[in-house]
Amino acid sequence: MTEDRLKVEDRKVLDKNTLILIGILLVLAIIVNYFANDHIRTIANLCGIYVILGLSMQLINGFTGLFSLGHAGFMAIGAYTVAILTISPENKAMNFFLEPIVPFLADVQLSFLPALIMGGIIAAIFGFLIGAPVLRLTDDYLAIATLGFAEIIRVVFTNTQSLTNGALGLKAIPKYSSILWSWIIAFLTILFMVFLTEGSYGKAFKSIKEDEIAARSMGINLFKHKVMSFTFSSFLAGIGGGLMAVHLGTIDPNMFRIALTFNIILIMVLGGIGNINGTVISAIVVTAAMEILRFLDSSINLGFIRLPGIPGMRMVIFAIILMLVVILRKDRLMEEN
Amino acid sequence: MNMSFMEFMQHLANGVSLGSLYALIAIGYTMVYGILRLINFAHGDIFMLGAYLTYYAIVFTSMPWYIAFIMAAVITGLIGFLLEKIAYKPLRDAQRITVLISAIGASFFLQNFATVVFGGRPKAFPIPSILNKIINIGGVSINLVTFIIPVITIALLIGLTYIINKTKTGMAMRALSKDYDTARLMGIDVNKIISITFFIGSFLAAVGGIMWGTKYPQLMPLMGSMPGIKCFIAAVIGGIGNIAGAVLGGFILGLGEIMLVAFLPGLTGYRDAFAFVLLIIILLAKPTGLLGEKTTEKV
Repeated sequence: MTEDRLKVEDRKVLDKNTLILIGILLVLAIIVNYFANDHIRTIANLCGIYVILGLSMQLINGFTGLFSLGHAGFMAIGAYTVAILTISPENKAMNFFLEPIVPFLADVQLSFLPALIMGGIIAAIFGFLIGAPVLRLTDDYLAIATLGFAEIIRVVFTNTQSLTNGALGLKAIPKYSSILWSWIIAFLTILFMVFLTEGSYGKAFKSIKEDEIAARSMGINLFKHKVMSFTFSSFLAGIGGGLMAVHLGTIDPNMFRIALTFNIILIMVLGGIGNINGTVISAIVVTAAMEILRFLDSSINLGFIRLPGIPGMRMVIFAIILMLVVILRKDRLMEEN
Repeated sequence: MNMSFMEFMQHLANGVSLGSLYALIAIGYTMVYGILRLINFAHGDIFMLGAYLTYYAIVFTSMPWYIAFIMAAVITGLIGFLLEKIAYKPLRDAQRITVLISAIGASFFLQNFATVVFGGRPKAFPIPSILNKIINIGGVSINLVTFIIPVITIALLIGLTYIINKTKTGMAMRALSKDYDTARLMGIDVNKIISITFFIGSFLAAVGGIMWGTKYPQLMPLMGSMPGIKCFIAAVIGGIGNIAGAVLGGFILGLGEIMLVAFLPGLTGYRDAFAFVLLIIILLAKPTGLLGEKTTEKV
């Protein structure tokens, strides 16, 4: 045990596995981008987005040990910010037919990158504002309070007709989405996570996860590091949400239910809690599997017989997979790389 | 703000009725949390199953409604018992976050399983006509169901209080929630008590679900999600682990929601956010809830 710990300390910041993984994914991303068909490119794009989201979940839950269930809310903030900032003024007028949009946003139109960064920053600001009071809570209380905030954000977005167009959602978001954008940001996120978690902040985060009281007595400012981790995580969730908005082209508040957070938890658990490489792989596997298993929901035609599809079957299977993984790997759920 | 006394009484009756439904469901959360320190995320979906089972019992068999109600509640109780055996028992010694993830997985499974089996389209709950009468009490006309719900809740609460305070099982439950390890060393059959706890909690949730169906007769596979989270909040507000607290929290939440909509109709859309705002205020002001005991940090 002690020797293992020492080995972890001696490791170079970017270990070989991470580099190999990034190399392989880079090659794959380029191949898919230039040679694959549209369907596969869409899936690859989504994979990149889920890598970012999975890592952002790892940062707060896996590395800092704070069980937060607020991801869908921060994604919603990022997605709506990007959508409102990139939709053209004419399309905004069309979107907001029930009630006109607030005047100061009506004519704003940014290009994609500044809008995306704004999405991340606004999510981070909310993360900071929410985190500062809520992170005084521990364990389950934190889980339910963050879940509560995500729900509040959804309810607010459903009701602020002149800002978010309420339950109707936003349409005609310019489709800036591409494999290059998603994966460049995903690679940056992987590098950010590696450097963050191997650096002094990351060590502080991990020590908080291991033992809060011991960490505090070693002079670590618990509150500061918790808020920092939560804010970073919210930023990444906002970026992921923003990418999702330009990927889908339409968003509405009901997309950002707890089921979305659940998908990301599934990615985190399958990848191994606190494991960066594992998360990247599981994000790709889970996203691809979700798309491939879509046939379960629609009917299959075998030529002579037509099997009716069962809507929802796909999600049942994923829920079963999650339960099996949790129950079978209960002791090894939290792993170092 | 012009509200007549009669209107106010009407809102009050609705609030008490909703509050007692919340209280019934919140008890299941608080009992499980008291013993296992686990948020049973699937509890809201158990509530949904209770309502659906009643629907099928009434629509597809010719049994009278009261027998259908009881049968559905008992079967739901057994499903809760099975849920614990499958999703939580193998994780008895695992870290808490692991069990919590398992609970979220179980909830997600039940929701999607219900979508597959029951279909995604809303179903109309078959309200027994005898319950669906408008009665008039001193000028206030309310649905009979609105009046019956608190009565049934109180009856069940008296029964539960008896079980917990006067029986051996109840004593074991109290011992386990006070000190799990010591209670186990004293020879209490932990698995049996936990199974009973899940049965009782799920039974009460099913009764809640059935009464919910008679009051808001539209069944959907996701119908348990929001009430489930709200009732957990009710349990936390009252002080989790404490049954009286769960009841108090349920009533505060139910009355609060109805009164919010009654007095400030402009905020109707924000009704679902009320519980969360209240939760966060209470947690920050009194982290252990209104009736919760203060715990000290052990090193």
